[in-house]
Amino acid sequence: MTELSVSVSNASGPVPQVALPEAAPKVTARGLNFYYGEHHALKDINLTLGTHRVTAFIGPSGCGKSTLLRIFNRMYDLYPGQRATGQLLLDQTNVLDPKLDLNLLRARVGMVFQKPTPFPMTIYENIAFGIRLYEKVSKSEMDDRVERALRGGALWNEVKDKLNASGLSLSGGQQQRLCIARTVAVRPEVILFDEPCSALDPISTAKIEELIQELAEDYTIAIVTHNMQQAARVSDKTAFMYLGELVEFDDTNKIFTSPRDRRTQDYITGRFG
Amino acid sequence: MNPIYVSRRRNNVIVKYLCLGAALFGVTWLALILFTLFFNGLAGINFAVFTQDTPPPGSTDGGLRNAIIGSIIMTMIGVGIGAPLGLFAGTYLAEYGKHDKLTSVIRFINDILLSAPSIIIGLFIYGAIVVPMGGFSAFAGCLALAVIVIPVVVRTTEDMLGLVPNPLREAASALGMPRSLVIRRIAYRAARAGLITGVLLATARVAGETAPLLFTALSNQFFSLDLTKTMANLPVTINNFVQSPYAYWKQLAWAGALLITLTVLALNIGARILGAERISK
Repeated sequence: MTELSVSVSNASGPVPQVALPEAAPKVTARGLNFYYGEHHALKDINLTLGTHRVTAFIGPSGCGKSTLLRIFNRMYDLYPGQRATGQLLLDQTNVLDPKLDLNLLRARVGMVFQKPTPFPMTIYENIAFGIRLYEKVSKSEMDDRVERALRGGALWNEVKDKLNASGLSLSGGQQQRLCIARTVAVRPEVILFDEPCSALDPISTAKIEELIQELAEDYTIAIVTHNMQQAARVSDKTAFMYLGELVEFDDTNKIFTSPRDRRTQDYITGRFG
Repeated sequence: MNPIYVSRRRNNVIVKYLCLGAALFGVTWLALILFTLFFNGLAGINFAVFTQDTPPPGSTDGGLRNAIIGSIIMTMIGVGIGAPLGLFAGTYLAEYGKHDKLTSVIRFINDILLSAPSIIIGLFIYGAIVVPMGGFSAFAGCLALAVIVIPVVVRTTEDMLGLVPNPLREAASALGMPRSLVIRRIAYRAARAGLITGVLLATARVAGETAPLLFTALSNQFFSLDLTKTMANLPVTINNFVQSPYAYWKQLAWAGALLITLTVLALNIGARILGAERISK
């Protein structure tokens, strides 16, 4: 990690050099806390994800960035003993409302995981399955939706001749793009990426990063990454987290060129983490 | 050479040959049993075994048709009752009840049931079904076999669902899939080969069970499809014929034993093929 330096601001890719105009808030956290049983994992988080912006979350392992992401779609609800307090709004919806229909929430807030997780079915079915959860569509419209989703996942040209092959037969990078296509297919508003490239080779990583930037035209995106160049390359805003706290949250180029907090500076220059 | 290294090498060789010897010792008996079984069983297998019913005492013709059919019927019904119950219970343990205290209690009891001698289960059904209903019946036999099937299937189902990676469930939930669909369409599909393997192994287990049928279905010299009456079956027929003084009956017993062994072998091979399929994916 010591190779990393502040020179990441020179990394290729469209790092915005001027501050972006403030986007309308899509997800707003106010005084958000999270507990794993007794362990206080997230402390008083306040931040806003701008509509159609890419927000990156960086920080050392165990700082709570994945935990935060898993609150946005209430993923933690699958496990007992985990709870969140405070306020979290998706537009006007109170995400933490115990009476909220989680399936509908997750239809609005999609998620792509660290390891590719194609379902044990055909490529076509991987996409169609999610669509059928919410809509009744004819065969021809389904074909169309599947094609559009696969194009959206930048996978169509590679799989169009083998849609009936198992999703598991694809390479790791293709599987991850299949998972992105599957997420896009149900037309969410927000897409959460939890270290989506950490199991992939550099070429697949580049494809996914490119894809994330394209997706930002239509979706609000949050991405957790261990790779600071990746955060610099793909995001508009970056949040640096440390020991469960949100230390600094600002435009990405500011975080990487002139961080205000000493801890942020230490982390991005590779002094710890 | 370093004396420590020399003694270590010597010990390694000694242990290796001890292990090999123990393995050969075990396999030798199995080979002898199989050889005797095939030698005597093949001599007894002929067309009549499959077309004629069990003979009356002293007769020198007859076959095992009623016993074969009875065994197939009772095994199928027993597995038909026990396998779904086992699948549901295993699903509860691995999916819904994963974090419940009740789960560890159920798992513990299931493990006891799994290793309970089958004669106990036969006696239980005898007391619970045969006595109140006033007589032996094939139905009671089916239930006894079902009770043996359940813990086997519970165990394999829980184990196989436990092998389904959790991120796959999370990914399905993250699409907004309700829990029941995640289980039925994703977890079952991912564990399918393993789940079928479990049912096949449970079938193999009950196909040769004698004790639970002795107290329940008993046996029947005649062909019968009536579940409320006694029903012929291979294991009890073998048990009876082996103890008889008639050479022809003994020969039929060998033939029946071979048939059961071949069935169990086929089921195990099927389970292995499916198991290999699970790993290769």
